[in-house]
Amino acid sequence: MSEEEEFQLIESDVHPLDGYLREGRIPHIFCPACSLGSVMNIIVEAIKEAKLENKKVSVVSGIGCTGRISGYLNYDSFHTTHGRAIPFAIGLGVTDPERKVIVISGDGDLFAIGGNHFIHAARRNADITVICVNNFNYGMTGGQVGPTSYKGQYQSTAPYGAVEEPFNLPDLAASCGAVYVARWSALDVRRMKDSFTEALLKKGFTFVEVLGSCPTTFGRRNQLAEGKKILEYFHEKSEIQHGADTKTVGISKDSKIIVGKFIDIEDKPTLTDNLMAVQRMSKAKGK
Amino acid sequence: MSKKNEDSPEVATGQHYTTGNHAAAEGSLAAGCKFFGGYPITPSSEIAEHMALRLPKINGNFVQFEDEIASIAGILGASWGGVKSMTATSGPGYSLMVENIGLGLMTETPCVIVNVQRGGPSTGLPTLIGQQDVMQARWGSHGDYETIAISPSNVQECFDLALECFNLSEQYRLPVTLLMDEVIGHMSERLVIPPKEELTIISRKKPTDPPDKHLPYKADDSLVPPMATAGEGYRVMVTGLTHDERGYPDLTPEAQDKAVRRINDKIRLNKDKIIKLEEYMLDDAKTAIVSFGTSARAAKGAVNRARKKGIKVGLLRLITLWPFPDEKIDQLADQVDRIIIPEINYGQVTREVERAAHGKTEVKGDFRLGGAIHTPQEILKEIERN
Repeated sequence: MSEEEEFQLIESDVHPLDGYLREGRIPHIFCPACSLGSVMNIIVEAIKEAKLENKKVSVVSGIGCTGRISGYLNYDSFHTTHGRAIPFAIGLGVTDPERKVIVISGDGDLFAIGGNHFIHAARRNADITVICVNNFNYGMTGGQVGPTSYKGQYQSTAPYGAVEEPFNLPDLAASCGAVYVARWSALDVRRMKDSFTEALLKKGFTFVEVLGSCPTTFGRRNQLAEGKKILEYFHEKSEIQHGADTKTVGISKDSKIIVGKFIDIEDKPTLTDNLMAVQRMSKAKGK
Repeated sequence: MSKKNEDSPEVATGQHYTTGNHAAAEGSLAAGCKFFGGYPITPSSEIAEHMALRLPKINGNFVQFEDEIASIAGILGASWGGVKSMTATSGPGYSLMVENIGLGLMTETPCVIVNVQRGGPSTGLPTLIGQQDVMQARWGSHGDYETIAISPSNVQECFDLALECFNLSEQYRLPVTLLMDEVIGHMSERLVIPPKEELTIISRKKPTDPPDKHLPYKADDSLVPPMATAGEGYRVMVTGLTHDERGYPDLTPEAQDKAVRRINDKIRLNKDKIIKLEEYMLDDAKTAIVSFGTSARAAKGAVNRARKKGIKVGLLRLITLWPFPDEKIDQLADQVDRIIIPEINYGQVTREVERAAHGKTEVKGDFRLGGAIHTPQEILKEIERN
């Protein structure tokens, strides 16, 4: 079979994501081989899969490359300030218990400048799904070292290699009270979609870490200059361990990358449940 | 507040003997506030405490956030969720909020921030009065913007002006600051809350066009666009980036000019409608006192004492601090030989009065640096000094 026969060009005026993206904003700003395009696609697929009512979906981002995703999605979308997507999302969410609020942002936004909000939102079991695309560095500002950069990783502000310990994001989320925690690499598109869908359908604070490919500002400095190389790296290093103890899933330079669903807890009261309970208590006789 | 009144719905109609902080909370509830996000800080905490008590009873929500940054972000989110929202803080907390106040200005998000001022800079005088955040309320966030800040001088005004702050924030779509001070916040006075039907409550203008035709940042002659919020099918697109009428980022000088000019002009061109002043015995005055907040109370006492002595002095009380009443000060400078500004800071309003008086009259500040108020006698001495 010749190559021409193998690949058939499909001509169509209709794109599967028509109506789900803001067409006026395309083309997006993401670099070639950046995984944010696929993640964006998968988020929409998951929203469709979860059968959420479009009107009831809000997407909130902070600042950074990943933070731009909210603005391409054709839902109520909010591109806020650096690090503050989560508290904005909490305020937005409590105004309508039926609203599904998705926070999508990067590792620097959510875990450096916004780290305090993340741990408290998890503690409160706020009804939001947080998707963090962890690309191990600050992409938009030119590739500085970040809170998830592993030791020995080269970045523009770590010219001799990163020397600090990185966060283990699933463990941080789990220890602060998240009811759902999963991690996938940008390569695992189907599993990622399943996790997004599960996270969206679950009440409370749900968290999915996506290891993103950033050839431009991470890869170039770390012998992974092509998108394909990063995906190959993920492929080679990844190992699925559902239910793994999150203490064991930290990432270092030569370690395996443990992916999978780590936490899925049932029946823990959420922030919304608790606020409703307070309303009932306030109206009880004698109060 | 009596137990009975705490049990009442949004509007606690009746007579009360209460504090400025509680009155500000009640004014906010009467305005329709349904979400409070805040962080404890002296001397504003009683506002949060009162809202924690009252909001759940009227199906509102109170969230004590992890810091002031989260609080302001949370109330912006709640406002986009379609409810009136507020926070309350003092100087150090306001300092943490200013970046997101800028987000509120750029995205035209109605909400109210109460700043019960204490002495600064830094931790300063946590439990004592200051009026040192006047300039911060105006210029705290980066970039060019106009804003609204209002300063009550008594407990009744804490109620009335908190409500007014909500009305202005909804009408002009921006975060509005109620700039109280520690003394007003903690003093107890009579408060009369009228029946709900006697209150004027303004809510944001809503779009009437269908979602597919709607341009969320296209304004009519009022310069204030109608506000679709989350869940209404408009798929709002909100960003702190410079944006076009669709709300889409547009990082060109032209888009910047259009967007920033409009969010400034919607306040500048409506200054006369926004500004509230109290003029007291100014008609024949040769000396004018310009003051606000707690300082204006002592100033009024000084004017009364001076009048008894036959001195032609009057008081211009700035209820609205921002936008600043330039024209009124300019007129006053034509009329009087001297303007005295008692304020509990090192010259923040004095500087504005100097600017607006255009050198036409003597302008003299009478400063306290925080921790104590002026007495009427001290201001009288200033009036009598030649």
